[in-house]
Amino acid sequence: MAISIRNVTKKFGDFTAVDDLNLEIKSGEFFSMLGPSGSGKTTVLRMIAGFDLPTNGEIYLYEENVTTKAPFDRDVNTVFQDYALFPHLNVIENVEYGLKVRKISKTERRIRAMAALKKVHLSEFSERKPAQLSGGQRQRVALARAIVVEPKILLLDEPLGALDLKLREKMQIELKELQRELGITFIFVTHDQDEALTLSDRIAIFNNGKIEQIGTPRELYEKPATEFVARFVGTANVFEGAAAKELFGTTAKVMIRPEQIQLSNKGIEAKVLETIYLGSTLRFLLDLNGHQLIAEVSASDDQAQTYRRGATVKVNMSKTDLVELS
Amino acid sequence: MRINRTATISLGIISSFVLAIVYLPLFIVLINSFNKSMNMDWPPPGFTITWWEKAFGSGGLIAALSTSIVIALCASAIALILGTLLAIALSRYKFFGKESVGLMVILPIALPGIVTGLALNNAFRTVLGMQLSMATVIVAHATFCIVTVYNNVLARLSRTNKNLEDASADLGAGVFTTFRLVTLPQIGSALIAGGLLAFALSFDEIIVTTFTAGSGVETLPIWIMNNMFRPGKAPVVDVVAVTTVIISVVPLYFANRLTREEK
Repeated sequence: MAISIRNVTKKFGDFTAVDDLNLEIKSGEFFSMLGPSGSGKTTVLRMIAGFDLPTNGEIYLYEENVTTKAPFDRDVNTVFQDYALFPHLNVIENVEYGLKVRKISKTERRIRAMAALKKVHLSEFSERKPAQLSGGQRQRVALARAIVVEPKILLLDEPLGALDLKLREKMQIELKELQRELGITFIFVTHDQDEALTLSDRIAIFNNGKIEQIGTPRELYEKPATEFVARFVGTANVFEGAAAKELFGTTAKVMIRPEQIQLSNKGIEAKVLETIYLGSTLRFLLDLNGHQLIAEVSASDDQAQTYRRGATVKVNMSKTDLVELS
Repeated sequence: MRINRTATISLGIISSFVLAIVYLPLFIVLINSFNKSMNMDWPPPGFTITWWEKAFGSGGLIAALSTSIVIALCASAIALILGTLLAIALSRYKFFGKESVGLMVILPIALPGIVTGLALNNAFRTVLGMQLSMATVIVAHATFCIVTVYNNVLARLSRTNKNLEDASADLGAGVFTTFRLVTLPQIGSALIAGGLLAFALSFDEIIVTTFTAGSGVETLPIWIMNNMFRPGKAPVVDVVAVTTVIISVVPLYFANRLTREEK
């Protein structure tokens, strides 16, 4: 195991940021911690890096107990949300920093730093100051600075949060390629579910200082364990109590994804409350016997295109698509 | 904000008047230091550099000047070290009594000099049983010099990214390496500005000095006080006054420029 977090609790005064958490991350994984802000994911990351100490519990990196070790004694490096580049140093000096404090010779330092800059496609800006770079370029410097010291684990704290959508998508692909190339463990904190689904081998969903579920992107989307996960990863129609009984004849809490609901000539009648065009798909907000329902069909579906607000459609849901939630 | 013409003119006149009141007497001191008349007759009957020669030829004055400089340098050095440490502690760490400590550090600048002087005099002599000396003056000056360093460094630290220090530690640097390679370059010009202000503050201090200096210690302001009303000494005092102004103003000017360049 690259990382093993055992019964870790972190309290800030009366506030419990992380609550008796257990987590194991395998070597070489692209692992994401996904959750709303304040759910404890960044605190876990900061405890792995060593910036915050757990109130209780232990943290192991490659079977070594590092719980109370200082950040500079841990073989992990961090890419900060605001990049935290040293403003008084230029790009190459920023990248060399970790090598310099390890007393590596000037020539070797330069060679390794240039190689790291090349990996992030930023060789030509080595003499610039951070203030003269764009957000995306700063991001790359931060990455190069962290990987040049060859950590076994790279921690990324919402590194793409400050970039615009197009650049973010580009950087997502580059991050994934970088991780494959380096073969090291990436731990990625984000509140963006699309980003987590795109990048990760496995994802932990955080809520109120606890992990709701850990799984591959597919597992989380198709088999969410709780309503929170179902709603946080994608869009979900959740039914319980009388509604579940009436529609599906079950006493359990169940969920169905919008794209698994078919609009056709057979099934239960529902009224179209709203239609939303999303480019590749059409989303319908439906009223089915007083229960609201979201359905999504391909935008190229000729029949679906004719359903307008106020129209009556027939809804077909297969019981095999239902997911039981705890 | 738009101001009409009448207001602009009257504000201009008032401002000029106020500035004149502040600076004309200083200017007169400058001219008088070259006044040929020993009694400072006005307008000066002629000009001479006798007083300047006399002033810098007198052993007492040179001794007082060097005493003042040594005291100011030592007090500034103490203030730089303690003020920086305080600013880092108060801006980067949480601890019990943090707000009170912050207030207590800046209080000495607001305390009347005579109170500080009396209190320190009492503490040094009666409580600690110390002889008043140059060292006691240095310690006394350091109490209010710390404030300028502390304020400058604190202001700078609050504008620098705390993550920089985390990033440095993350990349393998220990506490002292981080201070040397990351924190110090960030606060460098604030340190110089704070240090220069501290120097200027100590250099022309007289009240606290009077209470904490031993009989053998004569700083420049005290030398001026002692000589001002002696017959025939007035022109020499003018020379010293001009020198004092120059030595105090130059650091202030640079401190001001340094803090402005940051913006």
